Amino acid sequence: MINRREFCKKAMIMVGGIALPLTALEVFNPKRLQAEKDGKGKVRWVFLVDIHKCVGCGLCVKACKIENEVTWDANVTRTWVERYVVTKDGQVNIDCTKGARDGFTSQKIDQAHAGLKEIKPEEIAKAFFVPKLCNHCDNPPCVQVCPVGATYQTQDGVVLVDRTWCIGCGYCVMGCPYGVRYFHPELHVAEKCTLCYHRLCKGMMSACVDACPFGARRVGNIMDPNDPVTKIITTEQVNVLKEEFGTKPQVFYLGFSREVK
Amino acid sequence: MEVNILKNHVWRPLFIVFAIVGGILLARTLLVPSDFGIHERGYMYGWHRKSNEAEWKAYRVKYKTSKVCAECHKDKYNDIKDSPHAAISCENCHGPNYDHPNDPLGLTIDRKRELCIRCHSYLPYKDNIRGKIPGIDPVKHYPQAECILCHYPHNPTKPNPKHPKPEVKS
Amino acid sequence: MVHGEAWTLKEFFVYPNEYIYWSIQIVMYPFMTGLVAGAFVLSSLYHVFGVKQLKDIARFSLVFSLALLPVAMMPLMLHLQQPQRGIYVMMTPHFTSAIAAFGIVFTTYGLIVASEIWFVYRQFIVETVMELRAKQQRSTVESLRLTLYSLLSMGAMDLSPEALHKDEKAVSILAGIGIPVACFLHGYAGFIFGSVKANALWMTPLMPVIFICSAVVSGIALCIVTYIITMEIRKLLSTWKNKKKSYMRLPSIEELKSAEIHVVTITVKYLVMFLVLAITLELLDLIFRTYTAVKSWDILRRIIYERDFFKIFILQYGFGNLVPFIIFLRPGLTIRRALVGTLLVLMGVFMMRWNVVIGGQAFSASFSGFMEYRLPIWPSTVELYKEGLFGALTVITTPFVLFYLVTRVLPVFGVKDSH
Repeated sequence: MINRREFCKKAMIMVGGIALPLTALEVFNPKRLQAEKDGKGKVRWVFLVDIHKCVGCGLCVKACKIENEVTWDANVTRTWVERYVVTKDGQVNIDCTKGARDGFTSQKIDQAHAGLKEIKPEEIAKAFFVPKLCNHCDNPPCVQVCPVGATYQTQDGVVLVDRTWCIGCGYCVMGCPYGVRYFHPELHVAEKCTLCYHRLCKGMMSACVDACPFGARRVGNIMDPNDPVTKIITTEQVNVLKEEFGTKPQVFYLGFSREVK
Repeated sequence: MEVNILKNHVWRPLFIVFAIVGGILLARTLLVPSDFGIHERGYMYGWHRKSNEAEWKAYRVKYKTSKVCAECHKDKYNDIKDSPHAAISCENCHGPNYDHPNDPLGLTIDRKRELCIRCHSYLPYKDNIRGKIPGIDPVKHYPQAECILCHYPHNPTKPNPKHPKPEVKS
Repeated sequence: MVHGEAWTLKEFFVYPNEYIYWSIQIVMYPFMTGLVAGAFVLSSLYHVFGVKQLKDIARFSLVFSLALLPVAMMPLMLHLQQPQRGIYVMMTPHFTSAIAAFGIVFTTYGLIVASEIWFVYRQFIVETVMELRAKQQRSTVESLRLTLYSLLSMGAMDLSPEALHKDEKAVSILAGIGIPVACFLHGYAGFIFGSVKANALWMTPLMPVIFICSAVVSGIALCIVTYIITMEIRKLLSTWKNKKKSYMRLPSIEELKSAEIHVVTITVKYLVMFLVLAITLELLDLIFRTYTAVKSWDILRRIIYERDFFKIFILQYGFGNLVPFIIFLRPGLTIRRALVGTLLVLMGVFMMRWNVVIGGQAFSASFSGFMEYRLPIWPSTVELYKEGLFGALTVITTPFVLFYLVTRVLPVFGVKDSH
């Protein structure tokens, strides 16, 4: 039977041996330190939505679906537009048929299985449209909960999914407070808006930004003080979605009303 | 008392444990790509396979913006630029450029009502910009016809030159 | 149909990508790991704390724990959209995610249970090897059995009192280490839900503790149920085969009956203790939510007190907790009453998992809409099998099949071992 001294000696060796690979995880990360020294990188993509300008035409959703090959008929979408109709008695009616892929063409509120709701025009106090997309948060909860490192954030702030590594557990989908994630209907891995990263790195803008005829959507680099988007965000009154979750979302809204969910 | 691990049968299961752990570590070297690791955003937000970033950047661009269309279709481009439809990108109605004019040879023209009523189905939202867009009730206003039979999308203030019809309210 | 669309019914305003992604298999998973953890804790009550009256059921629950272990993997493999990549959790674990703990915890726990069983059964294995070796003529089955048991013995053939004493010590050490690992195995499952800030129902620090307590409750209840059923089967065999020769020593019915009620009464006591703890925590959570009434309370109130009232208060708290409580506390507990009580407890624990997992997805993150879960019954596609009734039935029946197979090699009754 092993005596106490021997046990203690061997236990310390074992613990030391195990601790060694654990230290390789992160004591310090030279790449990150370098990036921070360079001034947190030169690019950080952000998005600006102007609720005053959106008419709910859904051309952004259509362009996104085609540009990013999201199955046209599938009931999932990387971006969408919500319609808010507030009546004089204070009731807030919200709908979003097919993610506004075909726009809003009916006055009736689509309540899914609860049916269509008619609202008399004279009862309407205010109405507006709110485009939504992935917020590419600074503290993305979806990235935090991925068990295998399939989803991650690039240095310039875009959150992406590695389609070859995702195991399809759905934790990231449950972890997103904004509901922007879903499973790709054909590839069966987690999916979401990429801010059209493939366009941004070529000096183009996201497909939804180009498609919007009313200028309700804009994309920019918050690190560039001359970027018109940056100027608006820093000088005008903007808001973000669900700030209380501490996710630090990087999609900013002008004209953000308290009814927006 | 002599302490000899090999003689003490209590440690036998431990050999199986080491074999299993060893197997997992071996599988790791075979399965995990070499560029998988902690990158710029640290372990919490940057734990991934680095080469995936380049894969996303190489994704095919489909929409090329109206400026590309103007290179060959100057007349139509100018037509629409002087009209209330100026801000609508050509590709919204004609589909993405892809590799036009190589592939596809010609882009489609979407003539369906569904396209126009995205903006022009009237919604009674007085203080919203949508309520200010001239619109119709899609159920009541010539529901069987295509909009372009009377209206000219490149300049909605004029009637469609291909379909000479009585004047159109703009 | 996208994943989740086939069994989700949306009402009012729900975000376009929201569906019930975590469905029946994610209800089954904590239920099965709970049974694993609970069975192990029960066996440890004997091995570590020396509660002598639990000796018989201790071996039983240890083997059951082993049979349950591969089954705990099944719901996950059926749920994953890319099950062949499941091993990546062990290859590139992202420890900021609770699910990444799964690989380490599961493997550790499996190794502990397997090792403990080896030590408990070593004497039986070695004796079987000696017995088979001593035979001059061996049938094919007996030759196979000899090979199997020789491999299992791993060459440790020493049956001296010192060696057996070492086995006993090893068992109590492993059982002692195993308790916190079993708690971790199920606590992390609770953490998976409790740490999701995006879900108003799941987010509470109480979640891991509630899960552990109800896991122990379910594990103990399952062991009691299986023990009672097995004893009934043995009684039947005893009357039926009394005249025939059998390699198993069969006790008389009187012996069986007296052992049975005694063991069950003691075990039920522990079950009641953990049941009280589990109910206290759950009610505490509900009271706090009602009292503080934060932003999410409007929609949660509608789920808890209106839409899911029957599932929560009648099925889970009523039939699953209150009725068994009354049954167990009434004097003169009989086998039949204990069976009914423990079956109701199992149903109650299952409903708790259901009300957490499905209940947490019954409302939209917009707080302005509802999602109803329609469990797919007929498996007309592979997806509807995997995430439907038949997938759940596969998961719940497999442990019993495995348990039967394991007991062909490592019997649970009439065995001389290192106890």
